[in-house]
Amino acid sequence: MRRAVVRALPAALLAAALLGAWELYVDVSGVATYLLPAPHGVLAAMWENGGLIWRNFSVTAEEVVLGLGLALLGGSALAVAIHLFPVLRRAVYPLAVGSQAVPIPVIGVLLVFWWGFGILPKLVVIALICFFPVVVTTVDGLAAVDPDQLKLLRTLDASRWQAFRFAELPAALPAALSGARIALAVGVIGAFIAETTTPTSGPYPGLGREIISDVNLQTPRAYAGTVVLFLFAIACFYTLSLAERRLAPWTRRERGETH
Amino acid sequence: MPTEVKPRAVSPSRKAAAKRGVLLENVSRSYRDRRGSAVAALAGISMSVREGELLAVVGPSGCGKSTLLELICGLQAPDGGSIACAPAVLMPQRDLLLPWLSALDNAALALRVAGLSRAESRARAAMLFEELGLEGFQRARPHELSGGMRQRVAFLRTLLSGKPVLCLDEPFGALDAITRGEMQDWLSQTLMREPRIVVLVTHDVEEAVVLADRMAVLSPRPGRVIEELDIDLERPRSRTDSDVVALRERALIALGAGARR
Repeated sequence: MRRAVVRALPAALLAAALLGAWELYVDVSGVATYLLPAPHGVLAAMWENGGLIWRNFSVTAEEVVLGLGLALLGGSALAVAIHLFPVLRRAVYPLAVGSQAVPIPVIGVLLVFWWGFGILPKLVVIALICFFPVVVTTVDGLAAVDPDQLKLLRTLDASRWQAFRFAELPAALPAALSGARIALAVGVIGAFIAETTTPTSGPYPGLGREIISDVNLQTPRAYAGTVVLFLFAIACFYTLSLAERRLAPWTRRERGETH
Repeated sequence: MPTEVKPRAVSPSRKAAAKRGVLLENVSRSYRDRRGSAVAALAGISMSVREGELLAVVGPSGCGKSTLLELICGLQAPDGGSIACAPAVLMPQRDLLLPWLSALDNAALALRVAGLSRAESRARAAMLFEELGLEGFQRARPHELSGGMRQRVAFLRTLLSGKPVLCLDEPFGALDAITRGEMQDWLSQTLMREPRIVVLVTHDVEEAVVLADRMAVLSPRPGRVIEELDIDLERPRSRTDSDVVALRERALIALGAGARR
């Protein structure tokens, strides 16, 4: 417990210093609230609009978690397929790279035309934005397996599937999890893009859409929503780090290894 | 199932004998270097290993010793000559323990690959752990083990493959002198409990004399057998024994003669 406090201290101090500087700047410069609200104003807006922000946040959080899940499933499946069938790499990789350059608004309307005003088109947008880092890191991780380990499995008469199961898959896991963390970082902004490009029918459009509609007239509320997204991204990132420690404990210990 | 690569040159009677041992006749193998020109690794190697025998293969570095073992294990095919032998398993130079598995699961890997359940393969590996002085290390991760312990686990993994021929590629080459001596004693005790046909590749002549029944001395690349020595000494052997020292000297002279040729 005490160690956890000590470890969190630098981040807390830095955040406090930045908040102080922000508060001081707003106070001294007299910048208008609709341009930059002071931290205490943002906090007040968060307090007053707690219910609204929470309901919109639930919508966004669901989108991020499910969209990321879709990206992880699709991305790692594609990576495994590319690894097992090199011809797929030549066929799919250029398209996957190119897909990252497609501005989402171009296809947003099309996705709504296909799947309606529900959550599905938003999940697809998030997954499209997130799957790429997962594919790249997993493909590289699978290819980086020690060839001598594969030779060892061959001399033990392992099948192709067993070589994959006992050597390639665990060898790729740390890289795939790094990809997942990158995907998560872009996933939150992906939810924002999804909400602003595909219209929704629900009563709460999600935090991203809420922020956009607040930004001119209800600036402190827009900032309050942003702070919630900010904290959400941090929480997700460390949850994934924790998962990595559980799923691939050998990577942490090997870094401290002496021989 | 015996592995047979190009069996035509081996006469039927010798082939039958080789089904329980190892028989190489005039085997050659070359590879292409970076510029694409052929480099001969082995040129006309003939050797045999009988049932229950430990053959040490000694030679200067780069004489194709590792290639020889991969040929016996069927990981490579020879360019010429013929190989007939019982199923063989390779213990590579690096221990290659998988960092995501515990010591016990690493040792049991061959059993898992052979289709046994996790529980059953663990139970069978655990019995050997107790017998062979690894008690208490079952759950350790490879990085927590010393170099000597890692080699023991790697050897158990090789043993548990159940194949009659073990090809050991400089198993103790990376260990310090004291640990190496301990491991040599451990290996000969283990082989007394679990007899196998062993081809031991080493550049340590003393190791060969202490452990082997017979020694084949290879020339520098392209490797060929330049001398075979029978090591007909009582076990356990001491490194300071006058017979051991004398045989070591003979092997070193043969190695030196090969290098000058």
